[in-house]
Amino acid sequence: MAAAAKPKNGRLCSICNDRRAALKRPKTLEQICRECFYAVFEDEIHKVIVENQIFKPGERIAIGASGGKDSTVLAYVLSELNRRHNYGLDLFLLSVDEGITGYRDDSLETVKRNEIQYGLPLKVVSYKELYGWTMDEIVKLIGLKNNCTFCGVFRRQALDRGAALLKVDKLVTGHNADDIAETVLLNILRGDIARLSRCTSITTGEDGPIPRCKPFKYTYEKEIVMYAYFKRLDYFSTECIYSPNAYRGFVREFIKDLERIRPRAILDIIKSGEDFRISASTKMPEQGNCERCGYISSQKWCKACVLLEGLNRGLPKLGIGRSRVLSNEPNKDTKQTNGTKNMQSKQCGTLDF
Amino acid sequence: MQLTLEFGGGLELLCDSVKIHKVDVDPQTEEEKVTMKQLLPWIRTNLIKERLEMFMKGDSVRPGVLVLVNDCDWELSGQLDTVLEEKDVIVFISTLHGG
Repeated sequence: MAAAAKPKNGRLCSICNDRRAALKRPKTLEQICRECFYAVFEDEIHKVIVENQIFKPGERIAIGASGGKDSTVLAYVLSELNRRHNYGLDLFLLSVDEGITGYRDDSLETVKRNEIQYGLPLKVVSYKELYGWTMDEIVKLIGLKNNCTFCGVFRRQALDRGAALLKVDKLVTGHNADDIAETVLLNILRGDIARLSRCTSITTGEDGPIPRCKPFKYTYEKEIVMYAYFKRLDYFSTECIYSPNAYRGFVREFIKDLERIRPRAILDIIKSGEDFRISASTKMPEQGNCERCGYISSQKWCKACVLLEGLNRGLPKLGIGRSRVLSNEPNKDTKQTNGTKNMQSKQCGTLDF
Repeated sequence: MQLTLEFGGGLELLCDSVKIHKVDVDPQTEEEKVTMKQLLPWIRTNLIKERLEMFMKGDSVRPGVLVLVNDCDWELSGQLDTVLEEKDVIVFISTLHGG
């Protein structure tokens, strides 16, 4: 890292009025210095945690850790806040090894360094041990179409299984404000009412075995990356080699374009998502349990079991398509399945809500 | 004029996985100054080897790419109008990769 030359502007921080400003906050457009930035960034997350009563003293908490920027900053900030404000939490890092050579093996090295740097015990669960398949093997069989569906469905369960093995009370993930705004738009575009109504919740799955929380719900991606940069946090930033990055990618780019024009747009979209009211007469899928593995499911079998059955029987297309109409009306949805399967393939599966 | 350019957050993959580049960029005429507006096309021509669209959109960086000049957010120094000086350090970080 080269030593910085003199700053380009003499403007002072609008909070301390003492040091030079280092960044413009997207949320408030304030120009603030590095030290005040650290303080407001951490304080806001602390406030979100307190106001939403995310944690109770003595709880065991797993941090879903991919080695990427969001989960790395989350692990760092949470262990800091836990110490500073005496949350009394037992924190763990939980990683999923999808079995993607040249991507996950490298990012897992980052998580292993985080384990030492932050002194948090790490648990890794792999697709191979849970399902008998690595993503490399799945892609070899099914190609690069719909692979993100497999990965997304498997990851969601893998995190829950890992959390159960760690005997934690909750799982926290690094989803940030930009991710949530993206998901709100994506769910509107897909017409997915069930997900639209829950994707903005800070805590989900409270009725299930392991609730999930998003402490970065109101935290801008720009600030997370700036924080990681200024603090020199060690994170991994390579795109998944199998991610076609198409559908979510378009929404993502649209959100970034909006942010450039009006940074508040991100929070406004989240607010709109929260204010959506689903009419009481809308039939929502009922949550039950998978008859095969017992995992939470609105169908006879959960999505992972359907996908796995397809893989093991050499029919990998089984279970690709609209899950809502899958097992109840098998004849009616054949045509629709073909038409919608690309839409269903969730891009960049790390963003499962 | 000597500048240090740093690429991070995955952008280094667009320039042969090299993160830090010490470069020499000269203004078109003696009395003219180099601004970010001139530096970006220079980078496009001289450093970016693939997937240019990940780095630039129009005449600026792609939205979602953060720029710091001497560790200061370029939104505070006028973005494309930021005037560069000898030994300045310019950092580009993509926020678009992975979570």
